[in-house]
Amino acid sequence: MSANGAGPLVQVDDLKVWFPIRSGVVMDRHVGDVKAVDGVSLTIERGETLGLVGESGCGKSTVGRALLRLYEPTAGRILFDGTDITHLGEGEMRPLRKRMQMIFQDPYASLNPRHSVGRMVGEPLRVHGRGGKGLGQKVRELLQTVGLPADAATRYPHEFSGGQRQRIGLARALALNPDFLVCDEPVSALDVSIQAQIVNLMEKLQRDFELTYLFIAHDLAVVRHISDRIAVMYLGQIMELSPADDLYDNPLHPYTISLLSAIPIPDPAIERSRTSILLQGDLPSPANPPQACRFHTRCPFVQEKLCRDEEPALRPLEGHLVKCHYAEQIKAGEIQPRRREVVFEAGMPPPAYEPPPV
Amino acid sequence: MRREPILAVEDLHVEFWTGRGTVRAVNGISFEIAPGETLGIVGESGCGKSVTSLALLGILPRAGRVTRGTATFGGRDLLKLNDEQLRAVRGREIGMIFQDPMTSLNPVLSIGKQIREPLEAHFGMDREQADKRAVELLDQVGIPSAKQRLKDYPHQFSGGMRQRAMIAMALTCEPKLLIADEPTTALDVTIQAQILEVLKELVAERDTALILITHDLGVVAGMCERVNVMYAGMFMETGTASRLFAQPRHPYTLGLLQSVPRLDAGRRQELQPIPGAPRNMLSAPTECPFAPRCRFEVEQSRQQVPPLEPVEPDHDVRCFNPVPADEWQRTRLGGAA
Repeated sequence: MSANGAGPLVQVDDLKVWFPIRSGVVMDRHVGDVKAVDGVSLTIERGETLGLVGESGCGKSTVGRALLRLYEPTAGRILFDGTDITHLGEGEMRPLRKRMQMIFQDPYASLNPRHSVGRMVGEPLRVHGRGGKGLGQKVRELLQTVGLPADAATRYPHEFSGGQRQRIGLARALALNPDFLVCDEPVSALDVSIQAQIVNLMEKLQRDFELTYLFIAHDLAVVRHISDRIAVMYLGQIMELSPADDLYDNPLHPYTISLLSAIPIPDPAIERSRTSILLQGDLPSPANPPQACRFHTRCPFVQEKLCRDEEPALRPLEGHLVKCHYAEQIKAGEIQPRRREVVFEAGMPPPAYEPPPV
Repeated sequence: MRREPILAVEDLHVEFWTGRGTVRAVNGISFEIAPGETLGIVGESGCGKSVTSLALLGILPRAGRVTRGTATFGGRDLLKLNDEQLRAVRGREIGMIFQDPMTSLNPVLSIGKQIREPLEAHFGMDREQADKRAVELLDQVGIPSAKQRLKDYPHQFSGGMRQRAMIAMALTCEPKLLIADEPTTALDVTIQAQILEVLKELVAERDTALILITHDLGVVAGMCERVNVMYAGMFMETGTASRLFAQPRHPYTLGLLQSVPRLDAGRRQELQPIPGAPRNMLSAPTECPFAPRCRFEVEQSRQQVPPLEPVEPDHDVRCFNPVPADEWQRTRLGGAA
């Protein structure tokens, strides 16, 4: 399925994506940077699903887009199937673009309302010179693959429900038979009963077409369901990387622990019995992230030593990678969580707009 | 012992006139809520859960109309009050928290001004008194240095703080009933946990009745004593949260629970989506509205709408062929193993 067939499909080394903050009308001075992604390293193996979770503004979508070179990386290196694509020009990127596709969150905004479904699904084929004869047939096959009726090709997006639109997005992404799909919140805008249909479909497509997914979402339960490994991001950095099976039972980073305890479980018996660790305050601004450990301003386990002075390394521990000085002691129960003073920081980016289920 | 209800809704029907015909958004729902109680209404998009709350407050869009039903609140029928009488109730006795705090706060008025407004309107407070009260309220919902924050505008607040400000506004007049429509849907989970904590404290300390409208089963499980599951403008199942989540008896409730991935379940356990799409609401239902998507459908479901009947004390189900009581526990444990 790939050119080289050896090594990981995607490898990212110390990726940084900074967006400049400019000020002034005449001078247009560069006054700072929003450090959306600030030193992320990860690998995605062939055929696996890597889940990327975190709260809004943590940089998870930026990582996904930078991997496809939709954003220019500020620093770092991106390897796709052994090829360094960090600085490839558009012409050199083009043959590779066929092999990497994207699915978006909002099935309403990501489809052109004036194009028929057939035109949109066929467009990647035409762009890459595979139009002409047999295009109609291919489009019908694709629509069938994602569970849409063949006559959908002649219809327009407004005639479809949210779940069906997400299927159209999938058909479009699959048109060029890609190896790698970046799925940016693909099910967050859908109702739960429909969400499960799409998740199951994505799992089936992965088996049938040997796809590799980067699955970006804020819903840890969905990510855990579909992923093989999960990376937890906070303020532009990976805090913990763990096998999906192990993350819920054995979270090692304080942020993961708090995040898991904040997710409600649909069972009153469990909800009443478990203790939740409430994180205080808001996410600090990525334009001016805290020094040393990024999480120390909200961490319920924060210690006097190290946390405020030295940035922890992302280091291996019990089969995870953890970016915390005190992961062992927290795991052993030697450090107990405590309630922090509320620190709000004004001027953080507004949260991503989540599904309006009305 | 249940207390005297503060709000009793009986057989509420709401219709909308649209270009494509009359949409039957709410088709006869009844519920009661007592002080200090948290009642959950869960359902998916378009099931009529938000329309219910708008109807109770008399703020339906112009195309909408309540066609039948009563809503008794403090001895009066909310649905029969005129605009002026309603204005005295809204905000004063019933508070409302909407989903999106950015669009429901006025962007050109400072937070302080927006909190003062109901105080000045309902209590005739002067500026100074109102300011003092506003600071207290913001303090209560956990906004630090509240006094300086009064001058801020909504865009200077983060999503979580805006929602806190919304709650503070809803609390200004110490309402007896609070309706929260998807209060945390637009927020991150850690912020959601903070907001839910604020709401929980409120119910416990002030004996406020809370109607929590949401699509998130997890939120309901953690917050509510009683739950109504809504589909196509009707309650499909109502009961205490502990019974309903342990032994769902309506196929729709079961379907919802089976289609949500859970953190505490076996990971590769396959999700069981509910097939098909929700019912189009352009006609009044003549059969069970869930029948076309239902695994447990029987012949009778296609002939008439099933009544909402008790299957055990305090647990009612609208189904001719309720799911076996142990079905959920069985499938759940079987899959997790």
